[in-house]
Amino acid sequence: MALTGVQIFKFLPKTNCKKCGFPTCLAFAMALAQGKISLEKCPDVSEEAKKTLGEASAPPIRTFALGAGDNAVKLGGETVLFRHDKKFFNPCALAINIKDSLGDDELVENATWVATSELNRVGQKLRVDAISVEYASNNSAQYEKAVKLVAEKAPDAAIILNCKDAVAAEAAVKAIAARKPLIYAATNENADAMANIAKTHGVPLCASAQGLEALSALTEKLQGLGVNDIVLDSGAKTAKEIIEHNTQIRRSALKKGFKPLGFPVLNCVIREDSILEATIASVAIAKYASIVILSSIEKWKNLVLFTLRQNIYTDPQVPMQVEQKIYNIGEPTAESPLMITTNFSLTYFIVSGEIENSKVPSRLAVMDSEGLSVLTAWAAGKFTAAKIAQFIKDSGIEGQIKHKELIIPGQVAILSGALEDKLEGWKITVGPREANAIPTFLKGRVA
Amino acid sequence: MAYVVPKESCSGKVLNVDFGKGNKALNIGGENCLPFLSFEGELPNRPVIAYEIQDIPPVDWPDTVQNAYKDVSGDPVTWAKYCQNELKAKAIALRLVSTHPDRDNHSAEDAAITIKDVLSAIEVPLIILGSNHIEKDATVLVAAAEAASGYNCIIGKAQEGNYKTIVAAALAHNHKLIAMSELDINLAKQLNILITQMGFDKEKLITDPMCSALGYGLEYTYSVMERIRLAGLMQNDATMQPPILGDVGMYVWKVKETVASESDVPEWGTLAERGVAWEAMTATGMIIAGTNLLIMRHPKAIETVEKTIAELI
Repeated sequence: MALTGVQIFKFLPKTNCKKCGFPTCLAFAMALAQGKISLEKCPDVSEEAKKTLGEASAPPIRTFALGAGDNAVKLGGETVLFRHDKKFFNPCALAINIKDSLGDDELVENATWVATSELNRVGQKLRVDAISVEYASNNSAQYEKAVKLVAEKAPDAAIILNCKDAVAAEAAVKAIAARKPLIYAATNENADAMANIAKTHGVPLCASAQGLEALSALTEKLQGLGVNDIVLDSGAKTAKEIIEHNTQIRRSALKKGFKPLGFPVLNCVIREDSILEATIASVAIAKYASIVILSSIEKWKNLVLFTLRQNIYTDPQVPMQVEQKIYNIGEPTAESPLMITTNFSLTYFIVSGEIENSKVPSRLAVMDSEGLSVLTAWAAGKFTAAKIAQFIKDSGIEGQIKHKELIIPGQVAILSGALEDKLEGWKITVGPREANAIPTFLKGRVA
Repeated sequence: MAYVVPKESCSGKVLNVDFGKGNKALNIGGENCLPFLSFEGELPNRPVIAYEIQDIPPVDWPDTVQNAYKDVSGDPVTWAKYCQNELKAKAIALRLVSTHPDRDNHSAEDAAITIKDVLSAIEVPLIILGSNHIEKDATVLVAAAEAASGYNCIIGKAQEGNYKTIVAAALAHNHKLIAMSELDINLAKQLNILITQMGFDKEKLITDPMCSALGYGLEYTYSVMERIRLAGLMQNDATMQPPILGDVGMYVWKVKETVASESDVPEWGTLAERGVAWEAMTATGMIIAGTNLLIMRHPKAIETVEKTIAELI
């Protein structure tokens, strides 16, 4: 179990020597408890303390990488059950399942799509993370060939070897060992052989059993055989099983310190109906899965799944920000109105949504206010007349519009006088206090 | 180490709210555990999805969803019957869009006539929604409550700026009431308290903490809903125990992902699936966070979420 700062403090020398870079031992203990620094920074810590704290500071859910290289996906390491308690750290990997029995053309097509699936959304890069190659041919040579082909055509994707045959799995692991593929899966029947392969080649291993009691026994066995990087598959099929098993696994790891389930979770959500597959995947993403395997990831599905994952894994304490710039809404002309607001994503979404509702083509100047909403940014001195004037001047908007009129949020009507002083030749108009009054306001100006 | 199921018991319970009448009446809420954790509690009622219809043709809806109703949406009665009879809607939500001063500015009396017509044409429960214009809703929803007297409807939304007249009307005509606040658990709690202080029974309330679409603030709605549920169940906070509403359709069917054509954004894939999936994913997020009642638009999205719910219970 994780220790609190005060509990850790008891094991420290209490000399306040500052050699660790912190002013006091207590401050260092607090940083340790938050996982911000490692114990080695204390030069005087006793061997006994190292042992006690080292064991206690092992994370309740083990962290390791799926795949290799720059695009490897970090799995596990979660510390809370609800995102508002702190945040969810390591976004779930999305994997597409491909059968090795498909023809080469289809394998290449799927792998190439994964390799080119990258999208940009609110400043984050989104892409299909992994390919699960399913051993459907029952032919070890064909499996190895398919795995090699897929790995070659999707050079940055993590590879999951969806194969319970130890002979076929071993050949495939050897063929792409540098990619650190995840073996999926070890079961009660093949545990010894699979553990041996995972250990020999240093790759992670997914343990698969029906129910959490059997799964716990299996992971204890695998650990006993020397495998540490384990992924959990509880056999959950329906959405109900996914939410119940995943909740029990995370609670066991975080609240009970139950080590046999202190690993990342894999859910397979394959359904015939592609939209249903997406909603079931969203249940898994919201409720603690670290890897979700799907049967297809069309472009629209790529977008919806990534957007959902981005929403769930956003840090609730750090406001989402949008890029500072002047956004066109509709197709504005040189006469269209120019409004300004702050770059808190929710502010931007609501204001731009209401401008769209008005059907009046407009420009929306979004100013960097470190993600604060209008009133908060104003109170914090980040949305002031001087800063707004500077932003408008630097934006070069003057050259693109015929009028010199800026509409400011009603909440900061107080700024209008100072802004007229600082933006020479500009007319400052006070807009509505609430975004839902924007359509009326804009339409009223046109009429 | 032996595995022990980590069960948690809740001291609180979500209030059970019934609406509609006769054998088509529905119940929502009543659970004493977090969403779908049936290994440690009771979930007597599944989440209900109401089909959204409007009192005037939905000209501002994107084509994907407008087309699904193109033969029936010219008239709210025809539209309501289509949802009930053809799409097997369990509930219908009638939004009185025409009363908004910026739309057709129809009067409260006009709205009352529409409501009576729709009510006499259907058997499933009706949710009656204003146009979300604070001042206008204060008169329209009062007339609506009277017109629907005896039908045990859900009316809304009562907000901080207009709740008094609407609460009084719901009280007088024995309806259930939606209390809406803007994405803040404390505002939601405060509004529930203000409304119950007027003598309105908390067991007739439904909380709408404001929905947001996938990619457009869903994370805020999601966490506010989770926190409301935790407060009601774990801390037994009686003001946080009404069922939760997710008014999904109106937030989803205006974001650019449900509108932009495939030729404009080829990397986003086909528009029809994209729009339907956007609504279905948003709704699924809401029910996972604790929503008991959803208002949605596209038949295919509703069908998908019904299948998802069937898997969850």
